[in-house]
Amino acid sequence: MIRRLGYSVAAPVASLLLALVFGAIVLQLTGADPWTAFANVWEFGTRLETLVDTLNRGTALYLSGVAVAIGFKMNLFNIGVEGQYILAAIVAAEVGAKVGNLPPVIHVTVILLTAMTVGALWSGLAGVLKAYRNVNEVISTIMLNAIGVAGLVAFLLKKWDVPDALLDTKTQEIPRSGWMPSLTWVPELFTRDIAKELYGFLAIAVVVGILYHVLLNKTRIGYDLRATGWNPFAARAGGVDPKRTIILAMLLSGAVAGLVGLGDLLGKDHAYSLRFIQQRGFNGIAVALLGRNHPVGIAIGAFIFGWLEASGGVLQVKGDAPAEIVTILKGVIVLAAVIAYAVVERKRQAFETAAAAAAVAEKEPAVVVAPVGDGTEAGK
Amino acid sequence: MEPAVLLEGITKRFPGVVANDQVNLRVEAGEIHAICGENGAGKSTLMKILYGMQPPDEGHMFVNGEEVHFSSPKDAIARGIGMVHQHFMLADNFTVLENVVLGSEPEKHGSIDFDAARQRILELGEKYGLTIDPDRVTDELEVGERQRVEIIKVLFRGGQILILDEPTAVLVPQEVEELFANIRGLKAEGHTIIFIDHKLDEVLEISDSITVLRRGRTVATVKPEDVSARDLAELMVGSELPTPTVEESTVTDVPVLELDAVEVLDDGRNVVHSTTFTIHKGEIVGVAGVEGNGQSELVEAILGLREVEVGKISLNGEDITHTSVRHRREDGMGYIPEDRHRRGLLLPATLWENDMLGHQSMEPFVRNGFWVDRAAARAHTRKVIEEYDVRTPGVDVPALALSGGNQQKLIVGREMSVPLSVLIAAHPTRGIDVGAQAAVWDELRRARREGLAVLLVSADLDELIGLSDRLFVMLRGRIVAELDPEEVDARQLGAYMTGAATAEAAS
Ligand SMILES: Nc1ncnc2c1ncn2[C@@H]1O[C@H](COP(=O)(O)OP(=O)(O)OP(=O)(O)O)[C@@H](O)[C@H]1O
Ligand SMILES: [Mg+2]
Repeated sequence: MIRRLGYSVAAPVASLLLALVFGAIVLQLTGADPWTAFANVWEFGTRLETLVDTLNRGTALYLSGVAVAIGFKMNLFNIGVEGQYILAAIVAAEVGAKVGNLPPVIHVTVILLTAMTVGALWSGLAGVLKAYRNVNEVISTIMLNAIGVAGLVAFLLKKWDVPDALLDTKTQEIPRSGWMPSLTWVPELFTRDIAKELYGFLAIAVVVGILYHVLLNKTRIGYDLRATGWNPFAARAGGVDPKRTIILAMLLSGAVAGLVGLGDLLGKDHAYSLRFIQQRGFNGIAVALLGRNHPVGIAIGAFIFGWLEASGGVLQVKGDAPAEIVTILKGVIVLAAVIAYAVVERKRQAFETAAAAAAVAEKEPAVVVAPVGDGTEAGK
Repeated sequence: MEPAVLLEGITKRFPGVVANDQVNLRVEAGEIHAICGENGAGKSTLMKILYGMQPPDEGHMFVNGEEVHFSSPKDAIARGIGMVHQHFMLADNFTVLENVVLGSEPEKHGSIDFDAARQRILELGEKYGLTIDPDRVTDELEVGERQRVEIIKVLFRGGQILILDEPTAVLVPQEVEELFANIRGLKAEGHTIIFIDHKLDEVLEISDSITVLRRGRTVATVKPEDVSARDLAELMVGSELPTPTVEESTVTDVPVLELDAVEVLDDGRNVVHSTTFTIHKGEIVGVAGVEGNGQSELVEAILGLREVEVGKISLNGEDITHTSVRHRREDGMGYIPEDRHRRGLLLPATLWENDMLGHQSMEPFVRNGFWVDRAAARAHTRKVIEEYDVRTPGVDVPALALSGGNQQKLIVGREMSVPLSVLIAAHPTRGIDVGAQAAVWDELRRARREGLAVLLVSADLDELIGLSDRLFVMLRGRIVAELDPEEVDARQLGAYMTGAATAEAAS
């Protein structure tokens, strides 16, 4: 039992170690001293404020990872999370501002639903194209990213821009009733005061993770999705409608993608601006890979990536290395994870085979012992 | 002379099973050696070990007298061993030439020399009677032709020792004869052939020696002259050889499945011409035909996998021509596909998840049509495993861990263990051993007695004649003859299938 658990933890740990070794080499090459650099990162990375920042970033990466994983489960590669979440964020920001003051819970709900709807529609478009026109979703989502981010979002931002003193390009601010309360008080119960707000949106990500697990493993819809991923031909013979399933998967994936940017929006920015964090859709692909589409695995992947983002910046500040090292490390972790998973999987199978063989031998000693003795030409 | 292949004390374990337990095998050079045994006896595993696909846990292997250790099929190929798998492994959208060349590209200035390869394929075809057009796309080939491609592929790589895993399972008798002629030709040229087969009369006809495996162990190696099919079956399972027998007719006049002038198109080409027939409650209607004459398309149209362009299909009086597959399944239509890996199974998924397939909108697998009831589904699977004698360590192993025949039994069990009004069965006993085959036949007869209507497509003519109440022969997309199974034998039926005999001549 403990051994089984060990195998499931072994891969992520191994990939992290590999990344550290590789990171040290890169740092050495850039002329920095890896030990000082790591010491700096560790010192900064273990501060409570950094950890809160990690959770905030991790929340977004987690949702992005889940969105990608929903597609992966049926062999759909939704590269479009990037466009879906940014488009969803700006529309949700504008709608959240325009509806004015509402009772808090309702206001936040309206914003969430808006974002999910926009994400789902933008992604569903790729689903419809795939189902009815057989357009590869990789290509269509890449194009939808381009149209969405470079075109639509830029256009909307200009249109919804409210002139203010700072000459900042941003949408109108969402009234207070549409903000999400921070959760900083929870860790503060156990520690000191923390000078950084923990997004209340973390709770939404947890709920999404649970729903993802339940939907996939406990419902017929989830079964249909997974069956299609395993073997679309057999699934179809088993009554799964491939068109409907593709569209449904893209809608679900897009709905979750729509939530990716809302942690920042509801917890900190309260408006969409040019400074809105991008790239989370792409990082979500890596996070989903790292977490093997498993709800808990994705959480671990999101935490690792979030932590690297939150603490890696210190390298640049302290002059140890360029900030790009974080990007390199992210790549190394994913690569290392893929390799580590393959190796660990092989080891685990060998272990289970040996265990099973031992169990069988124990159970039927009489049958096994007799013919094995001489071994030759048993029946003659 | 040194034996071509000598295996000593080969042991191979998988999670929960010992697939090969101290197996010994001796194959003389230049002989045709058959391997027989129940489903899950360990035949495919042993052959995969010999072909270097899986390492043995224990034991020694000798090829032409020299001890060998294979770490991949590459090593086996280098020793002149080639294998044609139970489940074909050709890439669908490649041509014959590309498929043959794949993985063993003869190079000329760094690029693949396709002309030389094409020449060589034609030569091989000439020499062994394995004629095939190298430029056809594999997708379009019929099973017999695909098999020829697989054999050519092995020869192309210089294979001297050929392993064929259940080569006849997918063939009709005429094709089996062709294959056997090829095999004899190969033998005459000095090749050694090892093949696996569940049809014992075929084994007796072609082999020089026979090794029987039972539950992972070598039971005996015998000569075909010394044994009968009955003896072989007894060695395999320790029980008698069953024969399909006709029973009292249970046919009623209540129509269940009705086809009215149904036509099916594929790429604008008529693959099924206007077809009309009715299957009644308690009736088994057999469809005979060489593969590729429209049977598959007809079956797919009935299940709803193919659009029906013209005509009408009704189930229990309801027009289902344009309803979904799920709707038809909920209305009591069962389906045993001809290709279990492609249409029948979710290979990486567990057995209980496979058991749910096709029933995932029904009790007891789901509650309220939405919540998967894992416990009930697993219980159902345990029942199927028990009743259909699926040999497996449990319901949580992936389907890919089962032997071919056991996968088939799982599918048959899955389809027949829910309430049905009509069963569309394509080759239901393909790859199933003699003992289990009899069990499936009994099950079909029992279901028929209870009012099930069955459309039975099969390449096994004895099965067709033995089970059917009425027999159709399909040729080039048409039903060309309707026969009374009590009045035809396999030989006559074979003549109808190739068009050598016609309905007019019979009447
Ligand atoms: N990859 C695998 N993982 C786990 N178990 C396996 C695997 N391959 C085979 N087995 C098990 O090993 C045993 C022997 O299987 P094998 O495929 O050799 O049988 P077989 O004699 O070829 O049967 P069949 O006539 O049904 O094809 C079976 O119990 C099967 O479940
Ligand atoms: Mg087999």
